[in-house]
Amino acid sequence: MTAKGPNTGIPRESGSFLARGVRFFRTGFSEGTLILILAALFVVLSLTSPTFLTLNNLSNLVRQVAIIGVVAIGMTLVIISAGIDLSVGSVVGFSNILVAILMVNGVPIIPSIILALIASTALGVLNGVLIHDGRVPAFIATMGIMTAVRGLLMLISNARMIAGLPKPFLNFAQISILWLPSLFFVWLVMIVIAVLITKWMRFGRNVFSIGSNPEASRLSGINIRFTVYGVYAFSAFCSAVAGILLTSRLANGIPTSGEGYELDAIAAAVVGGASLMGGEGTILGTVLGAMIIATLRNGGNLLGINPFILQIAIGTLIVAAVLIDQLNKRDKA
Amino acid sequence: MANATIVQMENIRKSFPGVQALKGVHLTVKAGEVHGLVGENGAGKSTLIKILMGAYTKDSGTITIDGKQVEIHNPFHAKSLGMGAVYQDVMLARHLSVGENFFLGKLPRGPLGLVDWKKIREITRKTLDELDLHIDPRTLVRNLPSAKQEMVAIAKAVYEESKLIVFDEPTALLTNEEVSDLFGLIAKLKAKGVGIIYISHRLEEIFAICDRVTVLKDGEWVDTLEVAEADEGTLINKMVGRSIGEMYSIRHFTRGDKVLEVRGLTKEPRFRDVDLELFQGEILGFFGLVGSGRTDIMRCIFGADPFDRGEVIVKGRRMHISSPGKGIAAGIGFLPENRKEAGLALSLPVDMNINLASYDAISRLGFVNLGKEAARARKYIAELNIRTPSARQKVKNLSGGNQQKVVVSKWLCRNSDIFIFDEPTVGVDVGAKIEIYKLIEALLAAGNAVIFVSSYLPEVMGMADRMMVVYEGRVTGSLVRGGYDEEKILRLASGITDTNNGGTT
Repeated sequence: MTAKGPNTGIPRESGSFLARGVRFFRTGFSEGTLILILAALFVVLSLTSPTFLTLNNLSNLVRQVAIIGVVAIGMTLVIISAGIDLSVGSVVGFSNILVAILMVNGVPIIPSIILALIASTALGVLNGVLIHDGRVPAFIATMGIMTAVRGLLMLISNARMIAGLPKPFLNFAQISILWLPSLFFVWLVMIVIAVLITKWMRFGRNVFSIGSNPEASRLSGINIRFTVYGVYAFSAFCSAVAGILLTSRLANGIPTSGEGYELDAIAAAVVGGASLMGGEGTILGTVLGAMIIATLRNGGNLLGINPFILQIAIGTLIVAAVLIDQLNKRDKA
Repeated sequence: MANATIVQMENIRKSFPGVQALKGVHLTVKAGEVHGLVGENGAGKSTLIKILMGAYTKDSGTITIDGKQVEIHNPFHAKSLGMGAVYQDVMLARHLSVGENFFLGKLPRGPLGLVDWKKIREITRKTLDELDLHIDPRTLVRNLPSAKQEMVAIAKAVYEESKLIVFDEPTALLTNEEVSDLFGLIAKLKAKGVGIIYISHRLEEIFAICDRVTVLKDGEWVDTLEVAEADEGTLINKMVGRSIGEMYSIRHFTRGDKVLEVRGLTKEPRFRDVDLELFQGEILGFFGLVGSGRTDIMRCIFGADPFDRGEVIVKGRRMHISSPGKGIAAGIGFLPENRKEAGLALSLPVDMNINLASYDAISRLGFVNLGKEAARARKYIAELNIRTPSARQKVKNLSGGNQQKVVVSKWLCRNSDIFIFDEPTVGVDVGAKIEIYKLIEALLAAGNAVIFVSSYLPEVMGMADRMMVVYEGRVTGSLVRGGYDEEKILRLASGITDTNNGGTT
């Protein structure tokens, strides 16, 4: 490249200076960077708060992060496919209300769970149909489903809390195995499944390739329809699992449950290095992203930091993660 | 009468990494002159125009506008110097009205600081009337047919008091009737003393409206002629004059069995009744100018687009090719024209791109055999000498030639034996071009069959065993190596028949 090109309006020096300043984050927020950030947070919070590094608080932290962490896993696959799923929060609520209604009406625990999972996953397929066959932008399709499903669950629950769930079901969220809450193990299973998909399964390869270049994927014989359906179905399935865990943890069916989860899930994926342009992202990154955000919230509460300031910090973190990624890309281009 | 010179470009040079795009080109346009600019793809026409329009800066040479030497810094600067252009894909804000487009970025304001719509309407209407265009300034641009949109873009250039207007392939999307409207408009501009640069592949248009014509070839200035003193033969000669270099010297092989036959393939309005045969070990050239339908035909054979009727017979079996998956299963590998947009997943690593079309073959129960995936990637990186630091490198970081090799690997990996290359050498430098030719040679040596689509004639003539020429969706000629005649081919590709040219046989 020659030094004197046409004036693009972007001062060259400041661009490369900013990028140079963040050379530490060479590949965006890579997993290594995220682990460092998380470790630093743990060290600082352990030193500043007497209660942070207690078994009680840590298992509380894990309980908080596990449910949103499960939702974020599905969101990550959607984002890798260059899509977005705004309906996850409503699907969490739907699964929560549905499983509660079924159990209150005498359906045994396991069949209730299976039915809630199937019905919620069907909502994901519906997203896929609207997006692939209807050519509705993912943002709009899933926003429509988000609104409609929230309305549906308000309707079937009469917008009232559903109480009186069976004891064994409620106990699930309370039990711990080896000092770790059961919710953590469910999250772990979902992580393992998602890592299998992204690293070992053909479906995962297809998700990356349609996210990177749908036309090249089509011309390579990849079944775009199946892949799009699959991605949104998996996202809805994750949300359904999260909804069932939430039911056990809250001990009730709550019509407003899951509200706002879509933004937390997107935040976790983005901080974890997933690119909304598609074709990029890792499950481990999202797990770490979710942990960092949850740890910030938890630690902030313990230290009595003004929650509004905490909110500003988390917002800044989300933008910073993407900004650094963009600066890196610009520097390389 | 000697009209004043508007623009004089002298000895213009411009290089891009790996390519010397312009090697000392001259162009002079006078007021009231229509100046044709011709040359094959890659001759440097658009680079020259982009320099004049401020999109590129020249490396050396001088530009004189109205007698004053100038350095054109950027597009705004070019515009302020009176340079205007009308491109194939019209540059208008489609969702705004005609009048708003005239005043884009400088809407006139009334006393209250509000937009002065009356003024917009009046001035726009006045300009349109001057050019006999009966368009309501309030019409939204997107509601106009594409020919009218083009007229609006021209009128806008007139309103902006452009001294010189460049027309880049203006008739590509127009019907014959619209073309004569356009020519009428150009005649009016000419009478107003505007200088015009007219770029077109269609030589008959050059003869219809140009006063002089400049020929470029491989970035060099060949000649500037008075159109009245030239004929199509001399023009074509000057465009292709050079003897075909060593570049295309590949081995040729005796052909084997018929592997592909296409009968009566039709997709209205793009192409109709296309017949084609392809044999093992042969390279079939497929030549046509931009918009001739050459790419559409290939996409349909592969299954990327649906077609109306016709048969595709692969190795003696009639195939129902309705999707790329079907074409792939039949053994066809398609290397699309825009490799970055349609051939590669740029943000993914080399190994995934190589295996992109083969995951079904190396997976069991949905699980990819990682060992096979890596082994295949290693194999083709070595076999095709793909220069990459590792198999995990993202494809976007590879050079053009190496990217093309990755696309070829994808199909080799899938055991394809019919390869359709659509413009494989566009945007790659000379060294990479030779590598691609060698790659094709290796494919042929291994008993594959190749269809080579190109709009660059020397390349097709140098490479192909047989050649088919398409014009406006029809196959207008078929030639065999040894019997290639550049003039004849260019005539076939431009729809000029030998009879009405009275030419040699």
